Amino acid sequence: MSPRITVATAHRVLNQLRHDRRTLALLLFMPSILLVLLWWIYDGGPVFDRIGPALLALFPFISMFLVTSIATLRERTSGTLERLLAMPTGKLDFLLGYGLAFGLMAALQATIAAGVSIGLLDLDVAGPTWQLVTVAVLDALLGVALGLFVSAFAATEFQVVQFMPALVLPQFLLCGLLVARDDMPAVLSAISDALPLSYAVDAMREVQVNPTPEVWGYAGIIAAFAVGLLALGAATLRRRTA
Amino acid sequence: MMKSTEEVTRLPRVDVESAAIRAEGLRVVRGNRVVLDDFDLTVRRGTVTGLLGPNGSGKTTLMRAVVGVQKVAGGRIEVLGRPAGSAELRYRIGYFTQSPSVYRDITVRQNLQYFAAVLGAPRSDVDRTIEQVDLGSHADDLVSRLSGGETSRVSLAVALLGEPELLVLDEPTVGLDPVLRRDLWTLFRELADAGATLLVSSHVMDEAERCQRLLLLREGRLLADDTVPELYARTDTSGTEEAFLHLIDRETHREVAQ
Repeated sequence: MSPRITVATAHRVLNQLRHDRRTLALLLFMPSILLVLLWWIYDGGPVFDRIGPALLALFPFISMFLVTSIATLRERTSGTLERLLAMPTGKLDFLLGYGLAFGLMAALQATIAAGVSIGLLDLDVAGPTWQLVTVAVLDALLGVALGLFVSAFAATEFQVVQFMPALVLPQFLLCGLLVARDDMPAVLSAISDALPLSYAVDAMREVQVNPTPEVWGYAGIIAAFAVGLLALGAATLRRRTA
Repeated sequence: MMKSTEEVTRLPRVDVESAAIRAEGLRVVRGNRVVLDDFDLTVRRGTVTGLLGPNGSGKTTLMRAVVGVQKVAGGRIEVLGRPAGSAELRYRIGYFTQSPSVYRDITVRQNLQYFAAVLGAPRSDVDRTIEQVDLGSHADDLVSRLSGGETSRVSLAVALLGEPELLVLDEPTVGLDPVLRRDLWTLFRELADAGATLLVSSHVMDEAERCQRLLLLREGRLLADDTVPELYARTDTSGTEEAFLHLIDRETHREVAQ
């Protein structure tokens, strides 16, 4: 791999976003708008305080999963991926380039969303805000890694969008947001233990309730899932195809 | 490795130094179709070689094998003295695919800057290649705003980055007007005169006359590997289209007779 190509790839992905103002605006501000809506629905009460941080984990994961899976599918179908791999681009350059660009977007997205939740909507968070943002960025990278991986299994954009209910919604239902993970039937609780989003929500909750939160264990698990998915994603990038 | 005399004599007589591409017994299977089988080919350095043939004759598959993006089922293919697909070759080959492989949501210049960075090509290459494909007035336009022919020229400009020793161009002049086509063929010839090797596919027969050497491919077999005058002499014709129809008809008759 080469830092030159990785950085150039990240720069190119950001250029693509820069020319697509609508996607950029949706990426950056939609989570904040949804948080405001949620706050309004619950009239800013304790329910908002309970699920607000979990949503800060969920939004970057979902939005980065969607944009990455579609962007990568476009690279595969338009022939640009083949061209890059016929050039000196390493698989890691390609994957990390996307990770870098969307990780940066996620940091901006999470900073805005955290700023709105804490500054404007008075969300109660005991731990430091930067940890909230760090966990959100890790969740976004998890979404990027999952998106890169599943794009290999979709032939069209229709298919790739269907992966969202298939891969993301079950994680949402089992992550402990609707029912605490310990209160679920044993089988579901075990499945929940194997899903990365559960740890993302746990980490957010830890930052919320604990003034000196212990998030690094959770962060390590999320990062391990992201690295594992990236490795699987790298295995789906082929220089030679039939 | 020892070779039988028969195998050695079957190879075209070009010494290794002057061959840009050498294929021996190449076999490529796509899906359940054998596209190339026991295929031999030699392309000389510093020439413009035309690759012609009907749709589905294997032109694109052969080019993909040369570039090293095609899975190969058997045989050998060497490019610039290395096995096709070697890491070192990735800096030395320019590849143009039939559908333009560029990013439509960034500008012409941003596309070229990106691919130049990937190749480690000098920054000056960006402006040079934009001029070579005559897109100077569109350099800062989004590719999605360009016409089909202009988009395809962006993709061609990318292939020219880094002054590759071998250019593999799959139908680079489709959809272009006659003036542009003439200019591009002049450019191809200049690149070859400067030492580059060009393998250019086309199904526009009058373009074939601009090539120094012609390969006619049909159903994965080479029907001709000649210079233009040789081809005319062999087929007793005076135009490439006529010559190729002649060869294809003769081949069809032979198959029917069998």
